[in-house]
Amino acid sequence: MPANGAPTKITQGTRTKGGIGESTLRPDGTLKVTGEFAYSSDMWHEDMLWGQILRSTVAHAEIVSIDTSEALALPGVYAVMTYDDLPTDVRNYGLEIQDTPVLAHGKVRHHGEPVAIVAADHPETARRAAAKIKVDYRELPVVTDEASATAPDAILVHENRDDHHAAHVPHPNIVHRQPIVRGDVEAARGRADVIVEGEYTFGMQDQAFLGPESGLAVPEEDGGVHLYIATQWLHSDLRQIAPVLGLPEEKVRMTLAGVGGAFGGREDLSMQIHACLLALRTGKPVKIVYNRFESFFGHVHRHPAKLYYEHGATKDGKLTHMKCRIVLDGGAYASASPAVVGNASSLSVGPYVVDNVDIEAIALYTNNPPCGAMRGFGAVQACFAYEAQMDKLAKRLGLDPVEFRQLNAMEQGTVMPTGQPVDSPAPVAELLRRVKAMPMPPERQWESSEGADVRQLPGGLSNTTHGEGVVRGVGYAVGIKNVGFSEGFDDYSTARVRMEVVGGEPVATVHTAMAEVGQGGVTVHAQIARTELGVTRVTIHPADTQVGSAGSTSASRQTYVTGGAVKNACELVREKVLEIGRRKFGSYHPAWATAELLLEGGKVVTDGGEVLADLADVLGEEAVEVEEEWRHRPTEPFDLRTGQGNGHVQYSFAAHRAVVEVDTELGLVKVIELACAQDVGKALNPLSVVGQIQGGTTQGLGVAVMEEIVVDPKTAKVKNPSFTDYLIPTILDTPTIPVDVLELADEHAPYGLRGIGEAPTLSSTPAVLAAIRDATGLELDRTPVRPEHLTGTA
Amino acid sequence: MDFLRPASWEEALAAKAEHPTAVPIAGGTDVMVEINFDHRRPEYLMDLNRIGDLTEWEVGEDTVRLGASVPYTKIMENLRAELPGLALASHTVASPQIRNRGGVGGNLGTASPAGDAHPALLAAGAEVEVESVRGSRRIPIDEFYRGVKRNALAPDELIRAVHVKKADGPQQFSKVGTRNAMVIAVCAFGLALHPETRTVRTGIGSAAPTPVRAKAAEEFLNAALDEGGFWDNGKIITPSVAKRFADLCSAACNPIDDVRGTASYRRHAVGVMARRTLTWTWESYRGTRRASEGAA
Repeated sequence: MPANGAPTKITQGTRTKGGIGESTLRPDGTLKVTGEFAYSSDMWHEDMLWGQILRSTVAHAEIVSIDTSEALALPGVYAVMTYDDLPTDVRNYGLEIQDTPVLAHGKVRHHGEPVAIVAADHPETARRAAAKIKVDYRELPVVTDEASATAPDAILVHENRDDHHAAHVPHPNIVHRQPIVRGDVEAARGRADVIVEGEYTFGMQDQAFLGPESGLAVPEEDGGVHLYIATQWLHSDLRQIAPVLGLPEEKVRMTLAGVGGAFGGREDLSMQIHACLLALRTGKPVKIVYNRFESFFGHVHRHPAKLYYEHGATKDGKLTHMKCRIVLDGGAYASASPAVVGNASSLSVGPYVVDNVDIEAIALYTNNPPCGAMRGFGAVQACFAYEAQMDKLAKRLGLDPVEFRQLNAMEQGTVMPTGQPVDSPAPVAELLRRVKAMPMPPERQWESSEGADVRQLPGGLSNTTHGEGVVRGVGYAVGIKNVGFSEGFDDYSTARVRMEVVGGEPVATVHTAMAEVGQGGVTVHAQIARTELGVTRVTIHPADTQVGSAGSTSASRQTYVTGGAVKNACELVREKVLEIGRRKFGSYHPAWATAELLLEGGKVVTDGGEVLADLADVLGEEAVEVEEEWRHRPTEPFDLRTGQGNGHVQYSFAAHRAVVEVDTELGLVKVIELACAQDVGKALNPLSVVGQIQGGTTQGLGVAVMEEIVVDPKTAKVKNPSFTDYLIPTILDTPTIPVDVLELADEHAPYGLRGIGEAPTLSSTPAVLAAIRDATGLELDRTPVRPEHLTGTA
Repeated sequence: MDFLRPASWEEALAAKAEHPTAVPIAGGTDVMVEINFDHRRPEYLMDLNRIGDLTEWEVGEDTVRLGASVPYTKIMENLRAELPGLALASHTVASPQIRNRGGVGGNLGTASPAGDAHPALLAAGAEVEVESVRGSRRIPIDEFYRGVKRNALAPDELIRAVHVKKADGPQQFSKVGTRNAMVIAVCAFGLALHPETRTVRTGIGSAAPTPVRAKAAEEFLNAALDEGGFWDNGKIITPSVAKRFADLCSAACNPIDDVRGTASYRRHAVGVMARRTLTWTWESYRGTRRASEGAA
């Protein structure tokens, strides 16, 4: 470079490769499929101990006594801790309500609740020591449903509640209640030509992520601890962990370890505090890894629900009113129940125009397993019910189910039951049109010259039919999901972006605390940096708490919010880089002062495409770094009596058409195809978008035909905590999933994008159920549907 | 837990005699699950993988001698003609990885009513070759299953092989699970036609405390086929006969309600599978008859 700093060469600018809109490949993809990726359970530290949790064997009991003496006497055991050993007065944690004891105190409220923790020099020793802890339980009656939870003499799951919902709930065993009233339901009912009622049941689904809960806590010289952990939100964990340890937050350092899926199941803490407590107690690194059995007890599940719906419509097919009651079972601790109630109520109408509504959603405290966040978050249960209602209405009115939905479909400008207008594209009717227009899969695909190909039939390789009893059915569904945290939550993210020259080439480093749980944020952040900064090389810094919060990897929000934060930080970096350029080179070309300048292909270019300088020359030895918080538009809480309020920031829509073949004699189902159309605003990475849609669709299929945690109603104990009996779809259960991606920009969002991860999980389930109803003629008011429901042998 | 690794069959028998509580392990697809879940902590684990003989099979004049550790994959690939029912059952065992490791000896040793091999072995007709330092004996499959996860082995005995009659007619196997692959049976059904003896045999899985045959159904069908001259005239079995056979198979079940399915569904599904597998095997029998007549 010449001493005077003049640019060395002027060439035509080239667009930066690997920016937004391209299907760049995931940096972790190959590692994951070849088994090389280091998950949190793969971590190892010299001299580390293994932690083990002792969990309750009963659902509801007083703890009369705990005797740890035999466990402590076992050689190789370094520590055994119970509630009495907790170091401070903060002994509970929780996402919103701090009602969850770190270790049980005097009482256990659900099957599998942590009672004591052990650290030993071998995992087997730790397990044996835990088994030697003697806990004397005095069992209490269990509450397991709305009737038992709200009976006048019901035993209270939590006595002396003082949380911020306690004052407005009708019963202490109700965590939160959200009514929404708008219009005049009674008057509207009078105008209805048909009224359709339904009572629906949604089973308890598990996130079933493949990487079990695990982490490694390493004590540090300053008395603090460093936790390497698979989670969805580092800073939320930190906020809950530090007070229990009696440490200031800066002494609890957290680094994201390899996450093997999450789907909401890692929003709550699992073994985080336990590992830190044992590490601080023993002065040694402590690793905890759940096995699959424990994992079923170690995280919250999707709320099972009872949903009572009434819809009215005129004979020309216009909805007059909707009345519903949604009862969600939150289990023993609050977790995300209040927010799930907010979603279930505010999205209970679905993507339809209904001016007169009377809505109530509640979440119960029971002695069932705690339930909280899972992909779709309250909107899933509602969608299952309102879509069943739409089909019933269409049938009663003699209308085509798709046309009936289109007739009532919301669009931009529609006012939600909360009074909030939808202020970005809502192409509900168009999405339905698109899935309906897709070509139908051929009939009887199992037929071949060599007889029946059982892989194409219900039952698959189990060889239960060669075509006998098999009937095809087709069903449609569409759903609406909010994007981002709602109800007035300060939903911000932070990004630190640095730009410097390394080896003669400009390099951007993006540092956020975003949890990469498989959604592809690390891919998208690099794409954004390339687009905004015109560099090829982008380093994604490991996620940790050395940078500000990125918020949660949930609510379909990370590309929107942390992507937005990265974009914003990049723009600020770009301004600084251009300032340096103007300072150094402004006198050489008038365009530095007059033109709109961009960074492209490693160069500063004018919007007319003229290259002004190489970025390497502009930066020289300087590094430019910006850390900045970024927020989407604020939201408001819902009014506690009327449910009115601008509670959501953005909505996401998907529609499905399911084609199923049902062995009507055996009640076995083969989903042949699940076509999806979804509006994504802007596909930042089209390949990842399709992957998310196919994954969400499959998770919705799972809860339609097989996935359910079964809890004994008499004992509140979990009956199938294993992948032997909690079934998730295999590749033979996963159909072809053609995806039609629509890109209608939301002008309020970065690049016009729309959060996409959850919407496909909503409509998949009711579409499959509708198709099974079509094939069998049965009502089917619960999901998952099991063979006995299809054969009258329940 | 002590780990025994006998180098030969004789060493294995001696070790089993000395330590009757030793749990034999071959593919480990069942035993390791129990150990990992802490459901079982045997004093001794006896690894049979050094005994090569156990993974071999011989096809004889009338029977196949199948080593206890022959993996399901090998049965599917090599014995489809001789043991069609067992080959079909093998297809439904878990996943390809498990089928590469697991074998019939493990199914028999565990004797779970849900073991996929049992209905096929019952239908084909088999004998289990067991041995101890006291000597060798063959246990007819009908006498092998003694209760929930209990079999007829003496504490010092090991399973060496299974002798299965080579198919002399069509065989079928069906299994109901609530997913289309890699699933434990809600219930299962095996059917074998034995044209040489003009008999049919059945096997029912996961619908009673042990794997069972539907003997009344077999007797009814044997008589009906005989009376109607079906074996000779190759006529289509009348729907009423098929239905009665299916009903008797359902009646042979003694199932329970559990997390995998209801008793009522199991009875129903066994009936459906019985009717369908009878149709498939009989159609196949008629087809081979027509083919041989055509050749003549």
